[in-house]
Amino acid sequence: MPRAFTPKVITANALLEGDVVYLTRDDRWTRDLKEAELLTDEAHADLRLIEAERRVSEVVGAYLAEMKPGPDGPEPTHFREDFRRTGPSNYFHGKQEERA
Amino acid sequence: MYQYTEFDRDFLAARNAQFRAQVERRIDGSLTEDEFKPLRLMNGLYLQLHAYMLRVAIPYGTLNSGQMRQLAMIADRWDRGYGHFTTRQNIQYNWPKLKDVPDMLDALAEVGMHAIQTSGNTIRNVTADHFAGAARDEIADPRPVAELLRQWSTDHPEFQFLPRKFKIAVTGSPHDRAVIKAHDIGIRVVERDGQTGYEVLVGGGLGRTPMIGKVINDFVAAEDLLPYLEAIVSTYNVLGRRDNKYKARIKITVHENGIDTIREKVEARFAELKPRFTGVDQEMLATIEAQFAPPAFREAPTDAYDETYAKNPLFRSWCDTNLHPHKAEGYAIVSISLKKHGATPGDATGDQMRVMADLAQAYGHDELRISHEQNVILPHVHRSDLPALYARLKAADLATANIGLISDIIACPGMDYCALATARSIPVAQEIAERFAELKLEHDIGPLKLKISGCINACGHHHVGHIGILGLDRAGVENYQITIGGDATEDAAIGERMGPGFAYDEVTDAIERIVRAYLDTREGPQETFLETFRRLGADPFKAALYPKETVDA
Ligand code: SF4
Repeated sequence: MPRAFTPKVITANALLEGDVVYLTRDDRWTRDLKEAELLTDEAHADLRLIEAERRVSEVVGAYLAEMKPGPDGPEPTHFREDFRRTGPSNYFHGKQEERA
Repeated sequence: MYQYTEFDRDFLAARNAQFRAQVERRIDGSLTEDEFKPLRLMNGLYLQLHAYMLRVAIPYGTLNSGQMRQLAMIADRWDRGYGHFTTRQNIQYNWPKLKDVPDMLDALAEVGMHAIQTSGNTIRNVTADHFAGAARDEIADPRPVAELLRQWSTDHPEFQFLPRKFKIAVTGSPHDRAVIKAHDIGIRVVERDGQTGYEVLVGGGLGRTPMIGKVINDFVAAEDLLPYLEAIVSTYNVLGRRDNKYKARIKITVHENGIDTIREKVEARFAELKPRFTGVDQEMLATIEAQFAPPAFREAPTDAYDETYAKNPLFRSWCDTNLHPHKAEGYAIVSISLKKHGATPGDATGDQMRVMADLAQAYGHDELRISHEQNVILPHVHRSDLPALYARLKAADLATANIGLISDIIACPGMDYCALATARSIPVAQEIAERFAELKLEHDIGPLKLKISGCINACGHHHVGHIGILGLDRAGVENYQITIGGDATEDAAIGERMGPGFAYDEVTDAIERIVRAYLDTREGPQETFLETFRRLGADPFKAALYPKETVDA
């Protein structure tokens, strides 16, 4: 039996800054995971990834990252994506700092 | 120290101009990432978890104060005001912006430094004993040969697309501080019948399949070294596996073919190559050697040192752990710990780098070294200068007295930065160091090398730590596997894996249990952790790690 499709978002690194970005429903790249489009349909997700991959002068290494729906938007299911969303744990650098 | 020639400068200027144009073409969209990636990697530019990362080579770990100041300037101007020193004597900047990287490379070139071949399947930064030219037990300074190898391997046309990356380390001392047995090629200066030559090892390496290097030739004459090494790399270039990334390192080539077969092939290739080396390399080596002439050591009384040592217990404690015997009378080798308890191992701020540069200039014959243990060394300090030096280190928060102790931890960047990581390593190191600082036990414990990697690639050398920790991803949760009994010296050994791994919040307790087991079973303070392990084996440590109740449960 094929595995059920689990929700995902499209994420990548911004070309110029290298920081983590997510694709929104209205085709923007956001730094804030909460704003990302949560993809729940496999065919739609694949299509969105193809579209994202075409935007080569904006981002690097787009891929589908596993997420779950939360009260304020998508939330990571794996600690790697949690770090990508937040920034390193030894210094208050990266996203956590921008948001503070 | 080696001074760049016009050739070096022109080469670097051309490479940097070329890369600047490539970055521009990437930004304006005329190059895709697939096209650009190999180009940026050739220039040491990685893309990590949260940002780009620029890895800069510090050849054989040697810097002068001007270079250190420039590294500080780069950190302040284009990065986040700090740099991370690595186990391969490189410095990594964790937050550069793509458009700034060409300027950073130009700034490096101003002081004769670059990021070339700090990535890719090439010969990487040639590393050396961080006490080179200073250690009392040294036969000869390994750095002239390391510099010759740097020149030979940089942009070597035949070796730009090897089956896999290739790491070389050199030591001039019988006591190995450069981990030569865990390198693709390890070189040790030896003496035979009054002649200086080299013992050459191949096939060492850590990572997924850790192996201890094997002696391929116990005495290569000085003038044969370069053709002999070229023969090894050339043999590997043909024989090494390109079908499987995990079997592509020379350690697997040696393992699969056997050292004797490899030796025969290398000898055959050497016979072909040797006539092509007309002696130019030896002339170059002589020029390089002249530039590594030892500084003019002075003769002076050490009373000031003796007095401070007698009356200041903090200074005494720092001297007892952070100094190493120097070959010159009245001198000491100073290790500056970048392992303050609770800090990130191997990180130095721009301000700290400048202080260390100033101190090298004032008291250290203008020399600094970066050790693979992620500390900074002032190799030549007269003892009479130590009290003043110590005071200034203290003011800059750089006087931690823990070299060689349990809190002097090697830790790779792990999941906090590295895109390949399977778990964090930095916070694990921070917590362990803080725990042992609180317990006030580490001086009683004595020499203990703890090394942490955030994935199987083993950049944190966990296999050769007396205690090694490997961070893994077990079903979406960080899990830490512990090994014991590894050794990175001339008696190199791979650590023995204990039982099941530990959760992130259990590691520090687990390490404390191991250490307490050692304290309980050692035959006295003079018996080190490693000696106790060798005497008793793993059992007492396993028993401490996995108390009966939990095993039965
Ligand atoms: S050991 Fe793994 S996690 Fe650590 S720096 Fe190397 S590749 Fe990254």
